[in-house]
Amino acid sequence: MIKGKFIDNLPKVYGIYTGGFLVFIILMAIAEQAGMSAKLIGIFFVAFTVLIYAFIGWLSRTMQADAYYVAGRQVPTVFNGMATAADWMSGASFVAMAGGIYFKGYGYMALLVGWTGGYVLVASLLAPYLRKFGCYTVPDFIGTRYGGNLARLSAVIVLTVASFTYVTAQINATGTIASVALDIPFGVAVYVGLASILMCSMLGGMRAVTWTQVAQYIVLIIAYLLPVFWISNKMGAGFFPHFMLADEVARIAELESNFGLGTIKNSAADLASVPKGLAGITKAHSEVNTTPWKFISLAVCMMAGTASLPHVMMRYFTTPSVKTARRSVGWSLFFIFLLYSSAPMLATLSKLSLMDPNLATGIIGKSIADVQALDWYQNWNQANLMFVSDFNGNGTLELNEFFMGGKAVVLATPEIAGLPYVISGLVAAGGMAAAMSTADGLVLAISNALSHDIYYKIINPKAETAKRLIVARILLFLIGFAGASIAALEIQGILGSVIWAFDFAMSGLFFPLVLGVWWKRANAPGAVAGMLLGLISGTAYLIWVRNGGAGFWGITQLTFGIVGSLVSLVSMIVVSLMTKAPDAATQRMVDEVRIPSGKTLLSKSH
Amino acid sequence: MSKQAQHWEKTRNHLFITLAIWFIFSIGIFFFGAEMEASNFRPLGYPLSYYMTCQGSLGIFVILIFWFANRQEKIDEEFGYTEREGD
Repeated sequence: MIKGKFIDNLPKVYGIYTGGFLVFIILMAIAEQAGMSAKLIGIFFVAFTVLIYAFIGWLSRTMQADAYYVAGRQVPTVFNGMATAADWMSGASFVAMAGGIYFKGYGYMALLVGWTGGYVLVASLLAPYLRKFGCYTVPDFIGTRYGGNLARLSAVIVLTVASFTYVTAQINATGTIASVALDIPFGVAVYVGLASILMCSMLGGMRAVTWTQVAQYIVLIIAYLLPVFWISNKMGAGFFPHFMLADEVARIAELESNFGLGTIKNSAADLASVPKGLAGITKAHSEVNTTPWKFISLAVCMMAGTASLPHVMMRYFTTPSVKTARRSVGWSLFFIFLLYSSAPMLATLSKLSLMDPNLATGIIGKSIADVQALDWYQNWNQANLMFVSDFNGNGTLELNEFFMGGKAVVLATPEIAGLPYVISGLVAAGGMAAAMSTADGLVLAISNALSHDIYYKIINPKAETAKRLIVARILLFLIGFAGASIAALEIQGILGSVIWAFDFAMSGLFFPLVLGVWWKRANAPGAVAGMLLGLISGTAYLIWVRNGGAGFWGITQLTFGIVGSLVSLVSMIVVSLMTKAPDAATQRMVDEVRIPSGKTLLSKSH
Repeated sequence: MSKQAQHWEKTRNHLFITLAIWFIFSIGIFFFGAEMEASNFRPLGYPLSYYMTCQGSLGIFVILIFWFANRQEKIDEEFGYTEREGD
């Protein structure tokens, strides 16, 4: 396949791919009618899509450095937007977000604002300038702008800490979905997930990841939107849910007060009988339920973290020009917006279909025995994601007697709302696509930093391209394997570790990156101090709060990036001003970065 | 002032305007969550606080980035810093 031709034919290629996927869904629906078992449909969906990604990965194999590191810098704007959206939306966004909104309401939606608002910072402060720079990795920018191996090494350390925290969560998510869909034990499923991730990235590096991520975006967005629209129409809530669910939101508030939300509380003994990880509805759906500072501090951390996470930033190194890098950020956010604006709607529809006694699907107020006899209840109860118990012994299910896992909102709602099983299979494939695409980007970000910045730039600058790319692949494999091994231990939940990753990235990288472009006086000692002290103080604060420390300014273990980044900012400015100003060559380099035209600062193959 | 310094000044001012709008919709309005909830202005019938967190701010960010990119391109053009095709 000739490359130039492939780029020109992208809309056609992915058009055919999308059409083929829709046909596949219809075929599965027909097979379901013909009596194919639910289990088999799930296996088909996950296996079929994963094989396609692996095939794309194989087609994109390469032995050239700029294709491996930055996809040859020829990814068109809109497609880079889709790839970034897939790179960005992880298992957490796909599987856990609607659940978080369902249980925590307004306070949780700070994450929606933070995970989108961050892109304004990416577009205006960083992406176009780093693209002009022409670097392969984020530490490549830090190392060249500030000069010296110490700065480069510090950037690699921050990148690795943040991305590795994130990637274990993603491999965990691929394992969860693979184990449910393929019906294999979690410990094995994690390595099945890892194998799929490596198939997409090992042969073709960034080029392969780019084209698989576009394919994964298409699967995940269809898998997310189709059920939302279907359920909304089936319930008669409105054909375009995003604009039409105001009555449903109001109805939930009415039902909440009818069912005594917040007035009827469970005793500690009752709650102890609820399986771990499941929760009941304790917060109002749409009410403002948190203090402004709590909301804002969480949003700020997610925004600054977005602008510092290397796997996102490096997607903008693959566009053909500075101009397209800027526009591409807009497209990325547009594609992300499609899913994020649907998550609250899914949470609303899911909650109402369970709560409303006027709907056939409503279970609150029904007899406990009836609910326990429902097929879907038995399935999800077995999967340890649902639980009911007659605490007050009246034989009727009350709102405070129903418990659900966060993942169930996305995974189980289609079944609860009475959609055919084919939709549940589709949702599993979508979740798999979301978790895989993010894991790919993260594993590649770490291994590229290690192979390019540590091995090639520091250890062996004379290495030939072939040797560099072999080292890159070995590292990719090792990092993936290490991530899977930790994921198999199941230490933390998916969402908690994702939020930590943002805080780590923000603590160490936000100000060194931004000031590298916007403050000429920033120098190497300042940047090193900023990165290391930021990361250390943020981590120290996290450990302190985790071990029962009181904390200050209302900063919790989810927002420790505020402490880290402030220390980073102050130490970077103080140390920079106390030491020598950067030399004239560096100053000229910064001037050069600030104008879009002309050559990149680093040569095409460096 | 050199051409490059002028270009950078315009770029910086453009950044400040962009960040000001960003600040209002990502941070500013959420100081007033309770006031927004009580407001009679209900877009599409949703409570204002709810609407802004699920669609309002998010949509504004999308538009803001495209507006930012367009205007920055005009600034670059004005000073002859636009990239040539195939650069």
